[in-house]
Amino acid sequence: MNHKQRRKLSLIGFLVLFLGIACTLVLYALRQNISLYYTPSQALVKPLPQSQNLRLGGFVAADSVHMDPRTLALNFQITDYQTAIPVVYHGELPNLFREKQGVVVSGHFDGQGHFIASEILAKHDENYMPKPVKELLDQQGAPHAG
Amino acid sequence: MLSWSKHFLVPKYCYRLSEKLLPWLTFVWILSLSYGLIAGLWFAPADYQQGDGFRIIYVHVPAAIMAMAVYSLMAIAAVLSLVFRLKIAALVMSLSAPIGAAFTFLALVTGSLWGKPMWGTWWIWDARLTSVLILFFLYLAFMALRSALPEEKTRDQISAWLLIIGFINIPIIHYSVQWWNTLHQGASLKWDPSIAPSMLYPLLAMILAFALFYALILLQRLQTELLYRERKNPWVKEVIDELS
Amino acid sequence: MNFHEFYTMGGYAPYVWPSFGLAALTFISQWLLTVHKKRRTLERLKTFWDRHES
Repeated sequence: MNHKQRRKLSLIGFLVLFLGIACTLVLYALRQNISLYYTPSQALVKPLPQSQNLRLGGFVAADSVHMDPRTLALNFQITDYQTAIPVVYHGELPNLFREKQGVVVSGHFDGQGHFIASEILAKHDENYMPKPVKELLDQQGAPHAG
Repeated sequence: MLSWSKHFLVPKYCYRLSEKLLPWLTFVWILSLSYGLIAGLWFAPADYQQGDGFRIIYVHVPAAIMAMAVYSLMAIAAVLSLVFRLKIAALVMSLSAPIGAAFTFLALVTGSLWGKPMWGTWWIWDARLTSVLILFFLYLAFMALRSALPEEKTRDQISAWLLIIGFINIPIIHYSVQWWNTLHQGASLKWDPSIAPSMLYPLLAMILAFALFYALILLQRLQTELLYRERKNPWVKEVIDELS
Repeated sequence: MNFHEFYTMGGYAPYVWPSFGLAALTFISQWLLTVHKKRRTLERLKTFWDRHES
């Protein structure tokens, strides 16, 4: 490598380093905006403005899903296994919606601790397995992955 | 090392080496593609949650991996072309762009086709999807920039800098699902894969098939370009005489 | 898996088949473009060298 090549290579190195640091700082500063949702714990710790639209992400708490027969509203609790928030929703559900399933709901708080959802998305995890394997895992009492 | 690199850097040897490699690569490509397709679409068991919808993984994940791999390779070629002024590196850089963009587009569309039934939406502006969309725009910007610059030397140099600057996006895509809350799930492919073996092997075959396809396309485009650029050299005449 | 499950994809056919279809389209178009350009270049170079010799 001659002098000129070494100079160019170090120029590229510095550029990548500088850009890397700059991007890291920007992305770190914007992390709340880049993240798609708040976990229930985050949403309760932070004094979030009521009636502002936001997203909550967590799991549908076990045995918490029920339909209000009068208003036909779907009620369930969204939980990160530390904090649970009651959610009220009218509308269509994705195929993967079920208890213990990861979900992202968008909507707003009603001022009495209920979250009024306008959209529910199912969050899939990275686990792919055939049904028999899943059943075997459940029998052995493996922790739920979803 | 020296003799091997000599083979790839001298246009004549590069052409001949590609010529020798192509039939073997084609053979392995057909094998892996047919195994991947048959096993992935027929023999692999349905997923316990997603049913047969999970089979989209067999095009989505290979396309996404190649979208990033092709870009990374182009960025390496950009460094080699800037520092050592390697002609072949500049060619690898420019000839890879269309297929890299095609892989990125395929990853975006198949992801969308999976997202609708599984998540409940075609698109969401989460960190993973947005950064991959930026990757697609980077490919387009690279090609647009090159077509706007008439002089070859400046074209290669300026587009190489664009690739190097845009490379910062690649680690962001990779780690986006860990650094931020996203709707997109984490990686299933890792040292301890979270995908059952019967579903994993067709996936690995499809990734190999996509990578080989890229190699097949790149080598043939390289050959075409070398033939044209070296058209006045006697070795090109030899090649033409052999074919007719 | 039987034939019916195969083409309905357990109800996911509208999502699975377009995915594979677009992948096939990508492969075929890239392949045709590449091979076509290589063949045309070889033809042009052949006329170039034929004229050069005569």
